[in-house]
Amino acid sequence: MALMQPADTPPAVAPGAPYLFHRHALAVRVTHWINAIAIFFLLMTGLNIFNAYPMLQWGQYGASPDAAQAWLQIGSSGDAGFVRIGDLRITTTGILGLSDSKAGAPQAIAYPHWATFPSYRDLATARNFHFFFAWVLVVNGLVYLAYGLFSGHFRRDLAPSAAELAPANIANDVAAHARLRFPRGEDARHYHILQKLAYGGVIFLLIPGMIFTGLAMSPGMNAAWPLLIEATGGRASARSLHWIFANLLILFIIVHLLMVLLAGPWNEIRSMITGRFRIDPAKPEVAP
Amino acid sequence: MILMSRRRLIGVGGAAAGGLLLAGCDNLASDDKLARIVRSAEDASRGFQRFAGRDALAREFSRADMSPVFKVNGTREPVDADYQALKAGNFADWRLTVNGLVANPLSLSLAQLRAMPARTQITRHDCVEGWSAIGEWTGPQLASVLMAAGMQTRARYIVFRCADDYGGEVSKGGPQSTARYYESIDMIDAFHPQTILATMMNGAPLSIGHGAPLRLRVERQLGYKHAKYLMAIDVVDSLAGYGSGHGGYWEDRGYEWYAGI
Repeated sequence: MALMQPADTPPAVAPGAPYLFHRHALAVRVTHWINAIAIFFLLMTGLNIFNAYPMLQWGQYGASPDAAQAWLQIGSSGDAGFVRIGDLRITTTGILGLSDSKAGAPQAIAYPHWATFPSYRDLATARNFHFFFAWVLVVNGLVYLAYGLFSGHFRRDLAPSAAELAPANIANDVAAHARLRFPRGEDARHYHILQKLAYGGVIFLLIPGMIFTGLAMSPGMNAAWPLLIEATGGRASARSLHWIFANLLILFIIVHLLMVLLAGPWNEIRSMITGRFRIDPAKPEVAP
Repeated sequence: MILMSRRRLIGVGGAAAGGLLLAGCDNLASDDKLARIVRSAEDASRGFQRFAGRDALAREFSRADMSPVFKVNGTREPVDADYQALKAGNFADWRLTVNGLVANPLSLSLAQLRAMPARTQITRHDCVEGWSAIGEWTGPQLASVLMAAGMQTRARYIVFRCADDYGGEVSKGGPQSTARYYESIDMIDAFHPQTILATMMNGAPLSIGHGAPLRLRVERQLGYKHAKYLMAIDVVDSLAGYGSGHGGYWEDRGYEWYAGI
């Protein structure tokens, strides 16, 4: 029964015994999973939408007659798929540019069927789902922001202190992560600097950036709020930035999931579902 | 022991949820009930955009900003014999009819439309596919034509009927869908100062590819709303009588009626 102790303060168990503590508030857990579902659909529908015009330009406009100006293009020639970034052309047959459809036939398509929603070309459906989940993301995000501000969650859990931001501390945390050494024992009760920077970056920069550049692509919104298009440098630029931010988000998700796996997936996932995180004070920071 | 069973539970549950999600994804895309919920976002987007800038003007550019090549999209040239005959006569016999809930039905020649006070605007055309191009459009405001026809108070939508058959895809459009291109807008966009009936593009008469002799410009919405090859304007109180009733060729095939995003 000692393991069930939902203590937030020093546990009423023998010193050194493992205990569960309340790590994530209900509001954080609920908004985290709604966010995860929304972003899952936003990314996969986004790739389907990208497939309708698989190149990116900078500036006010961009279309296929100006393909030479495209800084990024995912295409195919003959039976080879490629990604072109500037003058650099990388063969990506089987994954990008040319891949097998769900039915198994090779098709010229930027992103493969397993990466898109729906798995086949369907711009109308992809757009409908994209904008629905964009609203989910925005409303859920506002709820989370309001909670984070008023509950003290941001100040308490996410805001880095001056000491944490010291280069030496950041270097230490980078070195610890590089050696796959994660906080143990009481040290695992709070986020360390790389976690704070990563979560803070996603919450306060990347997701707002996705929303901002998304709105900037909307002809209705950029008429209503000209700042959207002025700040992004034009509609083609807004589309490029939206794609770059999406890739950064994918990178974050990969690292995030990897860290969950490495740090102890059961404890980590449980803490985001039930709120409870297991602390084992008997295991202090282990030297490799 | 408790922990083990929990672990197993979470593991099995997680794997099942993941598998279900991946395998069931396409089923979600074709679920009618879900589609209705998902499409409710269109009303939210329209409501928000109208709230944020109901009368806002789309950005206008200078000639230096224009696309060197403005891509022709959709129909390149209507194949109908009627349209071909009009084209052969350089559209001298073409008429734009304005009918429906109006006091004075109109039948306007190209010369009459060209004689009306015109607006010239250099705007960005945003295709639903993701590309965009900047061009210059000239023509009378739709509002002037509607005022001349005198609308009844019941009027809610303006429907644009076109000369081009864009082809089948009946399976997606539903049994009532038509191959004939058409579009519709509401009164807010119909009376927006940048909503014009363009007779000219980039200082020259509209080319066949871009919709000769007349196309709609409804800036602040996506390219498919800018109907080409206009033949008739109907002032109506409901979109039910056209195609599958969703208000346009692409709308009948799943695209948003309000295409401001």
